Amino acid sequence: MMAIASEQQTVDLREPGGWRRTKNQIATVGMWVAFVVMLIPLGFVLFTVIAKGASAISWQFLTGNIPINVLPVTFGGVGPAVYGTLVITGFASLMAIPLGVLGGIYINEYGGNQVLARVINFFADVMTGVPSIIMGLFIFTIWVLHFGYSGFAGSLALACLMLPIVIRSTYEMLRLVPDSLREASYALGATKARVTLTVVLPAAIGGIVSGALLAVARAAGETAPLVFTILVTQTLNKNLFSGANTALSTLIFQNATQPYTGAQARAWGSALTLIAIAFILMIVARLITARFARYDR
Amino acid sequence: MEPQDQQVTANQQVTAKLQAPQTTATPAEFPATEADKIFDAKNLSIYYGSFRAVTDVSLSIYQNEITAFIGPSGCGKTTVLRTLNRMNDLIPSARVEGDVHYRGASLYRRDVSPIAVRRRIGMVFQKPNPFPKSIYENVAYGPRINGIRKKGQLDEIVERSLRQAVLWDEVKDRLGKSGLGLSGGQAQRLCIARTLAVEPDVVLMDEPCSALDPIATGRIEDLMHEIKSQYTIVIVTHNMQQATRVSDRTAFFSVLRNEKPGGNDTRTGVLVEYGTTQQIFEDPHDSRTQAYVTGRIG
Repeated sequence: MMAIASEQQTVDLREPGGWRRTKNQIATVGMWVAFVVMLIPLGFVLFTVIAKGASAISWQFLTGNIPINVLPVTFGGVGPAVYGTLVITGFASLMAIPLGVLGGIYINEYGGNQVLARVINFFADVMTGVPSIIMGLFIFTIWVLHFGYSGFAGSLALACLMLPIVIRSTYEMLRLVPDSLREASYALGATKARVTLTVVLPAAIGGIVSGALLAVARAAGETAPLVFTILVTQTLNKNLFSGANTALSTLIFQNATQPYTGAQARAWGSALTLIAIAFILMIVARLITARFARYDR
Repeated sequence: MEPQDQQVTANQQVTAKLQAPQTTATPAEFPATEADKIFDAKNLSIYYGSFRAVTDVSLSIYQNEITAFIGPSGCGKTTVLRTLNRMNDLIPSARVEGDVHYRGASLYRRDVSPIAVRRRIGMVFQKPNPFPKSIYENVAYGPRINGIRKKGQLDEIVERSLRQAVLWDEVKDRLGKSGLGLSGGQAQRLCIARTLAVEPDVVLMDEPCSALDPIATGRIEDLMHEIKSQYTIVIVTHNMQQATRVSDRTAFFSVLRNEKPGGNDTRTGVLVEYGTTQQIFEDPHDSRTQAYVTGRIG
């Protein structure tokens, strides 16, 4: 036996030629370069905002009233803008998320090949690409011209912006639910509504929630749709439905063009606050996804 | 029994083919009365759009028996199986001609609710498809949608079903864990338990063992024998040994190619022969059946 084994020609399992290895190395280096290049603007933005905004952040800054522009950042804060951002975006979410999720469910579960489903799908697609300023103009003409500036008008514009994102993300998540799960439920005598509510939605809920929160984060940072719809004010307006309002994004827009260092510092602080809000929403999205993924494996 | 037989018939028109004698009568050595008839399919043709997947199938399935559907891929076994509990309704282009009677009632009358049909006629699929829920919730799902809410009653059903599916001992300590964490064989038995939990009259099985190893397959076959006294089972299988091991009756389906000029061949599934499993495997009347069961391809 041993003799036979030793006589056997050994198979050459080494890699033939060097070109494939070279290609591999080139591609690997290329990917790393792309990764680093991508990180540069990201890191730079984050670094600048933190460097210039961190010193402004304090409880007083987050809750205090907006002082006149000439005052330094140690006076007052941006409370009305924080309040405005949270309430306007929150109300926009209340309108857009249920509607968008239902729309996504309709397209994927009920629409089938119907014309209506395909039309909604197509326009949701188109609307995701519409510049946000157009949404602002749209609400300006159909709402603000008749009822005046208000936080609610801003919510409407943001909701228009969020709606297609929510529809699309819901639709994509539902599409990922395998048909075998639907069939299993149907085979037990479930109705379509049951199948959708007890099998399809639970299986997709993590993705739907994180998609919705991404849309919220995106809307929270929008400036253009708000400029046309909430006007801008420096004082706290607790009435969402009437009178000019303010938000962090519009405050940044205004203050950034001011010659006063105090106003500029407030703009940087607001920018950091906005990033923090988006960051918190992302973390919440991750947590919710993880919570619902409990039974994935 | 000439091997050429099939070649010759394949070149004939489909319609001519349909007049070919089919063995649908109950074999004398296997007495089953009209009253035991669970399904009675008459001249069943199933279309997907304009494609006729299955042509003119007539057969009867009897109570507390295991009936196996065998045949090559694409011969419409699964399609026929899925007409027995209206699962084909879920495919928008599917259309059924002819009729299936279930315990004397037509399954395809206008006023028949597929929901009601599927509550009585359960199905186990080729790939184990547990819900992304806990093991307990997987089994309790069916009873819940049938309106059973009481915890005690559900606990009882879950345990009984898992015991019936011979899975209880393996999972009783982790009923709260995900159904997706089970092995392939366990997951398939979980799916069987889920089906049995609604106490169906009939269990349809679509190649339930094709994704499983021989040991898991053996477990499921034992299980089928065990539950046979309470249920009527129809099983689609690619595995002829499995058909001989588990079934009382066997239906052999085959593909009929209809060559048209210009290369526009159409093909459709037909029921070639139906009889007791013993007769099909030991004394097939049709040459195609013989070619298939002896491994000379069909």
